[in-house]
Amino acid sequence: MSANDFWADGEPVFDKAAPDGPVETRWERRKFAAKLVNPANRRKLTVIVVGTGLAGGSAAATLAEAGYRVKSYCYQDSPRRAHSIAAQGGINAAKNYRNDGDSVYRLFYDTVKGGDFRARESNVYRLAQVSVNIIDQCVAQGVPFAREYGGLLDNRSFGGTQVSRTFYARGQTGQQLLLGAYQALERQIGLGNVEMNARHEMLELIIVDGKARGIVVRDMVTGEITTEFADAVVLASGGYGNVFFLSTNAKGCNVTAAWRAHRKGALFANPCYTQIHPTCIPESGSHQSKLTLMSESLRNDGRVWVPKNAADCQKPAGEIAEADRDYYLERIYPSFGNLVPRDIASRAAKNVCDEGRGVGPGGLGVYLDFADAINRLGRKAVEAKYGNLFEMYERITGEDPYATPMRIYPAVHYTMGGLWVDYDLQSTVPGLFVIGEANFSDHGANRLGASALMQGLADGYFVLPNTISNYLAAGPFPKVTEADAPVVEARKLVEDRIEKFLSIDGDRTVDSFHRELGQIMWEYCGMERTEEGLTKAIGLIRALKEEFWTRVKVPGKGEELNQNLEKAGRVADFIELGELMCIDALHRRESCGGHFRGESQTPDGEALRHDDEFSYAAAWEYFGADGRPVLHKEDLNFEYVHPSTRSYK
Amino acid sequence: MDIKVRVWRQPGPSAAGKMVTYDVKGISPDASFLEMIDVLNETLILDGDDPIAFDHDCREGICGMCSMVVNGVAHGPEKATTVCQLHMRKFSDGDVIDVEPWRAAAFPVIKDLVVDRSAFDQIIQAGGYITAPTGTAPDAHATPVPKKDADAAFEAATCIGCGACVAACPNGSSMLFTAAKIAHLGLMPQGQPERDSRVIDMLQAQDDAGFGGCTNAGECTTVCPKGIPLSLIGRLNSDYRKAISKN
Repeated sequence: MSANDFWADGEPVFDKAAPDGPVETRWERRKFAAKLVNPANRRKLTVIVVGTGLAGGSAAATLAEAGYRVKSYCYQDSPRRAHSIAAQGGINAAKNYRNDGDSVYRLFYDTVKGGDFRARESNVYRLAQVSVNIIDQCVAQGVPFAREYGGLLDNRSFGGTQVSRTFYARGQTGQQLLLGAYQALERQIGLGNVEMNARHEMLELIIVDGKARGIVVRDMVTGEITTEFADAVVLASGGYGNVFFLSTNAKGCNVTAAWRAHRKGALFANPCYTQIHPTCIPESGSHQSKLTLMSESLRNDGRVWVPKNAADCQKPAGEIAEADRDYYLERIYPSFGNLVPRDIASRAAKNVCDEGRGVGPGGLGVYLDFADAINRLGRKAVEAKYGNLFEMYERITGEDPYATPMRIYPAVHYTMGGLWVDYDLQSTVPGLFVIGEANFSDHGANRLGASALMQGLADGYFVLPNTISNYLAAGPFPKVTEADAPVVEARKLVEDRIEKFLSIDGDRTVDSFHRELGQIMWEYCGMERTEEGLTKAIGLIRALKEEFWTRVKVPGKGEELNQNLEKAGRVADFIELGELMCIDALHRRESCGGHFRGESQTPDGEALRHDDEFSYAAAWEYFGADGRPVLHKEDLNFEYVHPSTRSYK
Repeated sequence: MDIKVRVWRQPGPSAAGKMVTYDVKGISPDASFLEMIDVLNETLILDGDDPIAFDHDCREGICGMCSMVVNGVAHGPEKATTVCQLHMRKFSDGDVIDVEPWRAAAFPVIKDLVVDRSAFDQIIQAGGYITAPTGTAPDAHATPVPKKDADAAFEAATCIGCGACVAACPNGSSMLFTAAKIAHLGLMPQGQPERDSRVIDMLQAQDDAGFGGCTNAGECTTVCPKGIPLSLIGRLNSDYRKAISKN
C-alpha cells in the first residue's frame, strides 16, 4: 500500500508574519510594524476566547485590560479549574538570577535543540525573550514562588539543563500561576469587561466572508445552543492527549474546539508529536480512568530497574538479589544514567517491558527504587525532598515507597502538535488565533521540562495582545446576525450532530469506544511507530469510526445536563484526529523528539533524524471525513542553531 | 469487592431528589471512588437508566472540581484527600456507602451530585486579586519577600476552591475559602495597597451570595483536602477589624 492512499501533497505553507533579519530584534520590529487600535476604538471590538487555562485566562484578562470587549468560555464550572492547574514542576525564564551563564540566547538554543530541530527559530527566540517578563508579571500578581532566606526568588535546574532557570512554587507551580491569571480575569469580569461563560462548550466555528466571526456553543447545564459573534476568535483550548484515553490530562480535556476549526479550514500541524512522560503511576486495572504523573525530580535520587530474568517478575522486589537486577538506564546510558531525557527514558521502559521483564499488573511497570538514597541520605532527608510525592503514590497504589520500590510507567502527557499558526499566532483562517498548547509553534518535536507554562503565559500575556491588534485594526467588521447563512449552517451542523448521537441508541457506551481508540493509539502511535503498525492502526480506526456511528448509546436528552452527550462529541472528534495522527506519523519516516519511527534508528537503537527530507512542519488540510488530508509543508530554516544529533551515552 | 451505594438522584434544579440504592459488584480495591461510579454508570447506561451526573476533571486532587459527600463527610473518610483520590481499598466488602452532593444554600444542586459553585467566583471578583495589569510589573527582584511570609502565603494559596468547607459547615459559611485568599494576598508586600478594601469587599460579596456566618465550628478545616488551618479565619477577622476602623 503506497502512502498516497492516505494523503495528498499540497502547496507549501509560509509564515508571512515573521520578520527576517537579526533574530534578536525580530519581535521588536514586528511589534512596531503591527497596526495598533486606538484605545477609544477598542471597546467597539469583541474578542471571543475559548479556554481559561494559562494561555486563555491570561489573554482574556490582558485583552480586557487593554479595553477590548471579551467573551470567555470554559467547559469547567469555573475558569480556575483549567488543566494548567495540574502542572507540577516549574516555569523557565532567562533571568540569569543565578549568574550561571544563562541568557535569552541560551534558553533559545536549549529550546530549539530540545525540540529536536523541528520548531521555528523566530518563535522560540521570542518565547525566550518574553520569559523574563512573565516572572515579573506573576510576582506582581502575588504568585507565591519559592524564595530563599534573603527574600529573593529561588531557582532549580530542571529537565537536564546546565543552568538553574526554573522558577517554582513547591510542586504546584501550575496551580499558582493559573490562580494569578484567574484572579486577573475575575477582576475584569467584576469590572464588566469580560463576559464569562463557564460550563459552556464550543461546538463549531462560524466563518463569515472568509473570517472567523464567532462560535456555536452549548450551555452544558440547560443544553441550549447559542451562536456568539465577535471580531476575532482565540482558541486556547489545550492539548489532545486524551486521544489516548489514558493520559495525565484531566478527563474533560478535548480536541473539539481545535478540531471543529480544522474541519472549517484551519491547518493542523505535526499532530503525531506527542510527549510521553516516563514517571507516571502504572495502570492498576480495567477500571483505570486516567494516569497520574509523578514529578520527574524523583529520577534525581531514584534508580530505575527491572529483573534481569523474566521469571523473577512475579516475585516481590525485595526477594530479587542485587545481582539479578538490571539497572538498564545506568547500563545503556552510563553518562546520564537515570537522568536521560523524557523520550529516551520512556522508550527504554517500553523496551524492557516488551522483553517480558516489566513488573506489576499486566507487566507494564518498572521499579524506581529509593533504597540506595535512603541508605545514603537517611529516610528523613528523602522524606524532606519527596515526602509529598511518596504520600501521593501511597494514596493511589496503597504501597509504601519507603519499604518497596515505586512502580512507574510512561504515560501521555503533552502534545506538541496543534493548529498551525504564523508568527502572529494566527491560523490559516483569518481572525482565528490559537495560543498555548492548542497551537503547534514553539516546542518542535519535543518539549523541555518547565516550558509549557512559559509558552502558555507568553502567548496569553505578551504575544497575542500585541499581534491581534494588527488584525483588529481593520475592524469592527460588518455585523453578523443569526439569520446569516453561515451562522444558520454552523448552528444546524451542531444540532444535527446532537440529534444523531441521541438517535443511534446502540449497544456500546461512549467510554468503551474511547478506551478502544486509546488502546489502538497507544499500541501503534505511542512510544514507537512503524509503517506496518500505523497502516494497521488507520484501518482499525476507520472501522471503529464506522462502529461508533452505528452502535454508540448516548442516554438522555439534548436539553439537559448530559455528560455522555458531551463525551460523545469529543470522542467522535478524537477518532478523526487519531486517524490524522497516524497518517502524520506514517508520512514522517524519521525519528525525531517524541516521534520514534522503528525504521529510522541507528545500529545501537537510537533515534535517527533525517534533516535532508523532514526539516519541516507538516500542516494538514482537512478534506472531508472520508477524504485524504492534504499535506502542506512549512520549511524550517536554522540560521542560528544548527541541527546536531542529541547523544546521552 | 461487592458494595452498595445509596446515591442522591435529582433530575434538575427544581425537581425533588431522593436516595437511590445501587449494587456495585466486583469492583477492584485499587479503583478510585470516582472510577467506581464510572463502572456503575456504564452499567446504568446499558440498562437504559440515567447515569449519575457528577463533577470531576483532573482526578489528581488539584482542580477542585470533584465534590461528593461520602457517608456524611465532604470528600469522604480519608483525611486531606479529595474524593477523586479516595480509593476503594478504604472500604470493605459489603459496605453500604452514602453519596450526596455538597449541600449549602449558596451551592444549589443542578443535577444529582452536581452543584453550582459560581458564588466562589463572585467572592474573588469582589477583591480576591492584586491589581497588576499586564506589562506594568517591576523586576521580580525589586521587592524581596521574607521566606517565611512567602511560604505562609503559599500554604494559604494551595486552596483548590472545591467548597468542601462550605458543605461541611453547619452554617454553610465560606469563611475558610475567603480567609485563605485574604491570607495569601495579605502576606505579600504586593498585596498591601488593597488589603483593607479587599477584606471589606470580599466579606460583603460572600454575604450577598447567600453564604452563612462563621461560628468557629471548625468543621471546614477538618474536611479541607489541603489542610487550610482555622487560624486563617482569625487572621481575616483581625484584618477586617483594622480595615473598618480606618474606613
